[in-house]
Amino acid sequence: MPISLFLHALEQGLVFGIMVLGVFITYKILDFPDLTVEGSFPLGAAVVAKVIFSGGDPLLGTFLAIIAGSLAGLITGLLHTKLKLTNLLSGILTMTLLYSVNLRIMGRPNIPLLGKVTLLGEIENYFPNLSMDYLIPFFFLFLVVILKFIIDYFLSTEIGLTIIATGDNEQMIKSLGVNTDLTKLMGLCISNALVALSGALFAQYSGFADVNMGLGTIVAGLACVIIGISIIKIPTIFWRTIAVLVGSLVYRLIMIIALRYGYSFGFKPGDLKMISVLLVIIALSVPFIKGKLNFADRFNLGRKDLQNNNGKEV
Amino acid sequence: MLIIKGLTKYFAKNSPHETLALDNFNLRVGKGDFVTIIGSNGAGKSTLLNLIAGTLQQDKGEIRLSGEMINNQPEYQRARWIGRVFQNPLLGTAPYMAVEENLSLSLKREKRGLRLGINENLRNFFREKLSELNLGLEDNISKKVGLLSGGQRQAMTMLMATMFKPKVLLLDEHTAALDPESSKKILKLTQDLVMERQGDLITLMVTHNMKQALEVGNRTVMMDRGRNIFDIQGEEREKINVDDLVRQFSILGNRKDKYIEDRMVLI
Repeated sequence: MPISLFLHALEQGLVFGIMVLGVFITYKILDFPDLTVEGSFPLGAAVVAKVIFSGGDPLLGTFLAIIAGSLAGLITGLLHTKLKLTNLLSGILTMTLLYSVNLRIMGRPNIPLLGKVTLLGEIENYFPNLSMDYLIPFFFLFLVVILKFIIDYFLSTEIGLTIIATGDNEQMIKSLGVNTDLTKLMGLCISNALVALSGALFAQYSGFADVNMGLGTIVAGLACVIIGISIIKIPTIFWRTIAVLVGSLVYRLIMIIALRYGYSFGFKPGDLKMISVLLVIIALSVPFIKGKLNFADRFNLGRKDLQNNNGKEV
Repeated sequence: MLIIKGLTKYFAKNSPHETLALDNFNLRVGKGDFVTIIGSNGAGKSTLLNLIAGTLQQDKGEIRLSGEMINNQPEYQRARWIGRVFQNPLLGTAPYMAVEENLSLSLKREKRGLRLGINENLRNFFREKLSELNLGLEDNISKKVGLLSGGQRQAMTMLMATMFKPKVLLLDEHTAALDPESSKKILKLTQDLVMERQGDLITLMVTHNMKQALEVGNRTVMMDRGRNIFDIQGEEREKINVDDLVRQFSILGNRKDKYIEDRMVLI
């Protein structure tokens, strides 16, 4: 297999890894399956593409994308906490709303960024002696590692612990003096800000923004999270964020291999989403096939329905 | 001082299933009092605790704590002064978080910020507190709580409900779901932790067990159909035995026909 395939998988795994960190925060930490990401990923792309296309500063555009993403999370959060809509419905409404918003922002379904100066182009100008082939993955790696450590730190602060507890035992944490509406809003804003950042970087990396580029984000995100925590099972925040990033890399590698060699097995590009779903199902059913679910597996896979309530053992 | 005046709560109000859970309930509890609350199923005991803690909102009446009206504050604000232990040992702790993380969450109940939730000083403090439980938890401070037994989790919840020096401690049949051995231990722990506060704490303990209701605490309140029907303390309480109490219950609750049934349920 050519080395360029690995480099591609690395680059994409890292760019999408930021999105995966976002999905991890809602799905695993808050226990909130947030479909907003289907809209906030292209939202980030749309905002940055619009700014760059109109001759604006790509760094400013990326920054605005992050803000836009957190606002999207805020909308979902307000629908859920103030109007008491279910988490799934809140996400679906915002996601659908964002489709129109994204079209409005871009003014058309697709904005090409070829020939425009993007954040990556600026970085290349900064290090003229280095090859783009290695500079880009290195830049993404640098960014992802920094974000990982910020998230790790945040989740071990007083506020961060209350966000984790909101997803773990909401009734308890309310009785310990936490406004869980607020912790959910915070979690959703941070998560969607990360997803939008990921979308903004992906648009600049791939050279376009498209209104449909968010399709399947949630399944891809879930697949990465689930694959990752099936590989690395150490249940501390430090290792769990590493796990989901590893999951992201593995997932992209599988996707790229499927794209490159899938033809010989009769796969078409349109089958990629099906492959994602199959990956999720396989990763989730491994403990069943092995015959039992232990505490660690339930912890990793989030099968709350399997917890027993006899007070003896969780 | 905890003053409860005219507290009334309906469930499913204005529907065919409307139930009156608390009916103009009155209670004054002074600092240092340890009140045990008894009554049959549906008497409103848990509803009373939920209203005090703010989990439920009353329809009428008021709750004052140290002179301040708290009945319109949300649950998370009242949590600054109120420690709670539930019947279900799984409710009081977060299973996928470490022992030390659970303790940290319960210790600081307001103005949480971006400081680390756990540091070496806190960890030592937690170890010291945990060692008083005699469960060996001090050596497993980073273990996930979900891996502990029900009794261990309930002991942790007891510690979490008292460690932050609340004004009020609400115990809702907190020994009922445990095996007899753990149940005994938790009750002993409850008494020790309340004693530690030396008359500085208001404790309300709901129980189904009449014997327990008379042995623990210094005052007993009997509830029936949402009302406070019998309230004894001091000498009067020392003289009374379980059988008298059940008889009282039948007479005062106007349930003479149900004496045998009550005996079965309450003892």
